[in-house]
Amino acid sequence: MNASAATASLKTRLFEYAERRLPALTRLKRSEPMPIRLDRHRIYVLPTRFGLMLSALLLVMLLGALNYNNNPALLLTCLLAAAAYQSVFAAFATLNRLEVTALRAEPGHAGGDLEFYIHFHIAARPRHSLRLRAGDAEIAFDLEADGCARLSIPALQRGWLRPGRLRLSSEYPFGLFEVWSWINPEFAALVYPRLEAAPPPLPRRGAQTQRETDRSGGDELAALRTYQTGDPPRNIAWKASARRDELLVKEFETPRGHEVVLDYAALRGLAHEDRLSRLAAWVCLAEFQCAPYALSLRETRIDAGLGAPHRHACLRALALAPVAAP
Amino acid sequence: MKSSPPLTELQFRLTAAAVFVAVLPHLLRLPWLIAAPVLVLLALRWLQRRHGGAHLPAWIKLPLVLLFPVLIVFHYGNLFGREPGSALACAMLALKLMETETRRDARAAICFSAFVLMSALLFDDGLWITASLCVALVILLAALRALESPRTTLLPDLRSGAYALAGALPLGLCVFVFFPRLGSPLWGTPNDTTARTGLGDRMAPGTMQDLLIDDSPAFRVVFDGTPPPRNELYWRGPVLWQFDGSAWTRPEWLAAAHDGSEVRVRGPRIGYEVTLEPSARQWLLALDVPLLAPAGAVRGADMSLVSSARIDEPTRYRMVSAPDYELEPVLSPLHRRLALQLPPGYDPQARALAQRWHDEFKGNANLVIRAALDLFHNEFSYTLNAPLLGRDAVDDFLFDTKRGFCEHFASAFTFLMRAAGIPARVVTGYQGGYFNRLGDYWVVRQSDAHAWSEVWLAGRGWVRVDPTAAVSPQRVQIGAGAAAGASAPWYQADWLMEWRNRLDLVNRFWNDAIVQFNALRQQSLLTPFGVSKADYPQLMLAMLAAGTLLLGLLAWWAMRAPRPDGDALDAAFAKFCRKLAHAGVVRAPADGPMTLARHTAARLPAPQAAQRLLADYVSLRYACALPAPERIQTFTRAVAALRLPAATRTARQSS
Repeated sequence: MNASAATASLKTRLFEYAERRLPALTRLKRSEPMPIRLDRHRIYVLPTRFGLMLSALLLVMLLGALNYNNNPALLLTCLLAAAAYQSVFAAFATLNRLEVTALRAEPGHAGGDLEFYIHFHIAARPRHSLRLRAGDAEIAFDLEADGCARLSIPALQRGWLRPGRLRLSSEYPFGLFEVWSWINPEFAALVYPRLEAAPPPLPRRGAQTQRETDRSGGDELAALRTYQTGDPPRNIAWKASARRDELLVKEFETPRGHEVVLDYAALRGLAHEDRLSRLAAWVCLAEFQCAPYALSLRETRIDAGLGAPHRHACLRALALAPVAAP
Repeated sequence: MKSSPPLTELQFRLTAAAVFVAVLPHLLRLPWLIAAPVLVLLALRWLQRRHGGAHLPAWIKLPLVLLFPVLIVFHYGNLFGREPGSALACAMLALKLMETETRRDARAAICFSAFVLMSALLFDDGLWITASLCVALVILLAALRALESPRTTLLPDLRSGAYALAGALPLGLCVFVFFPRLGSPLWGTPNDTTARTGLGDRMAPGTMQDLLIDDSPAFRVVFDGTPPPRNELYWRGPVLWQFDGSAWTRPEWLAAAHDGSEVRVRGPRIGYEVTLEPSARQWLLALDVPLLAPAGAVRGADMSLVSSARIDEPTRYRMVSAPDYELEPVLSPLHRRLALQLPPGYDPQARALAQRWHDEFKGNANLVIRAALDLFHNEFSYTLNAPLLGRDAVDDFLFDTKRGFCEHFASAFTFLMRAAGIPARVVTGYQGGYFNRLGDYWVVRQSDAHAWSEVWLAGRGWVRVDPTAAVSPQRVQIGAGAAAGASAPWYQADWLMEWRNRLDLVNRFWNDAIVQFNALRQQSLLTPFGVSKADYPQLMLAMLAAGTLLLGLLAWWAMRAPRPDGDALDAAFAKFCRKLAHAGVVRAPADGPMTLARHTAARLPAPQAAQRLLADYVSLRYACALPAPERIQTFTRAVAALRLPAATRTARQSS
């Protein structure tokens, strides 16, 4: 573990500790049910660096105007200072009474990005220049009416993904003050297992007999490809392989409507997560090829089927499979 | 640190506009040596960005950064002080725009623009320039807002900038009024104001020409009672005695010698108050003839008022004058000698003419004067575009060009009188003025500058003779610009002058309320609260109190509940629901009014009133498309009158 990762974990632990022990002080909220309404108890304000710079400049202008005893210059300075200072109220009003009404996310696979849709109710006031940050992901958006913001969060591992604490901030209107609020909505998105990059073909029950009986369906040799672990030895094209340095495997056209059983137990010789990855890839492949498939994942069994709900059920089972192999 | 986002086209344009409006008031004032490069730089940058130019390389920027200080030192001699400093600030701002590509750059440029904008006021603090700078401030704020959210239309940004500035007015004024002023400047000499035009202590034909087309107010007057008619308003300034053939001057030593010439007042005395604009000179103006000298000034033997200090800020003084007077009935030998002095070897024709008159009228001064005025009246014309005169200026004017304005006439007339043996002198000052009915005061402009003569007559003393009036009576009736007719500049057209004179009220207010607001008047601010002479802590306290009040209002604005959607009926129903909730019947989001009525029956001890209201609501909302306003009002009143027993805490929670 390198140094930055160490500090990062230390920081996380510190925050967790602070959240546990000093909820009132830190206001680092635990996840809360929606709708979440922002109010003055949870909106924070600080001047930005630019705001500090402008106030330093205003001080210089003030001194200049006073020194030359020039009232119009002083008036101009006072007006600018008042406008700058009062922008803090506009900034506060940008977040005040804003409501996070719902979150939704399309499930995705680990290794990719998950799109979170955060729905807002603006409470009769257009909200400008909002920023939403989760970890390293950040987006900027305006809300002229009730609507949603789309935030991509990288999904690192399968299972439930919580967006965690989101930082909603704004520097509206002049960038002199930043107002922000932490929101931690009670929501988790499902992350399917990582897809294996180049999965072997779908495993078929009784492929031999199928080849003999199914003559009319054009069930002919479709292609040759390189051998991958788990390919049945009887599919190896020995003659073709002899002419090359590597083993080649015969691939057949998959007939429509043929049942495929995706069995966790059959994938011996692979690590637990790799098996899940391959099964997930197969689910997608089978769905793509419209081959009805069944899933057998230790004690979980899902009967053969096809279509989006079936696919989701299978992938969900894979996503929520226990972490360790039995 | 994240890198700052690059600017969109609109953001850049607004930033450039902010920089331009900040530099603009300076460009009009800066020498072309500096103004031209700054302008060219801004224009080139605009074009370069429009044609999708990339970042400028350092080998272009670096020489430019060095060029401007060199130019400024070349022109001003140094880099510090107000003038070179503001020139440098303009140049640096233009250079900043050259490298402005990201939001951070743009913010820095806009910030600095504000500073440059404010420094323009150190040179000219008039109302109109301040007002236009406030407009410029709107552009600055709009640019700042555009940096926050990139969009494609300009209007929301400008509107928001204007709102922000308008909203800042109360707090800004509050701070302006109460912020303690410095007793003495921290650095620099604040009185190096640029010389303004005004009456000088030297008059050669043609010197007043600049003055006569200058419309800035010279001073304003409020009379105690009824003012004299306009053609008798002769405002006395410097009196000129010495003539060297080309110019009339005032002997320096005469200023100190106020030997108190005798004045006999024959008519009423007129009291009034004069507010003099800064002139960077020492003259005070007063109605002919002043009877006293204001504090800090002396009245010379020739009845001209000289202040002991230069007039660098608006100055106010009370005066008493007598329009009907006998001045110096007995002429002192010194004054007689001075009033008859003529440069030898100049203007032989004029001398000959005067001598002829003298002989013809046997020394009768009145007849000589009449002859001279008749000559002017019959053969001369009034114009602001007088031809140039040669070495013998009076001869050239009298016998050749015969056209001119007050200076020419006063000069020639005085010369003729002296040559005819009548003691005479030139008086410069202002004549006339404009009465502002709205403000009940007179404004006298630089263009009202005038010159006339005084001749000394035995038994009468010094008598004012205005030869210009003999040529062009309108001059004293309606003013120089109008009298000059077509030769007046376009902005002195009658109708325009009329409007400008009326608008002068605003200028006067500005001078009174803002420019002249000083530490002394600040101290008396708290008089209504029983503090006659406020010190710094008291002023600060007042500022804090007023500021807190204003900020409280703003906080209320920021936290106020948004206006609920829907109509008056919805609002009344919402109020009704709040009352029910207080009584223990909380409406779930899915509950309609009927469901609510059932809950009411179950949970309230006496539900009839509430149920009746619910039935009313249902019939109003759902039984007709558009309920009559009176029925809604009845419903609203009924809701307001509804009294429900408050639920206990446990009851409320259980529901």
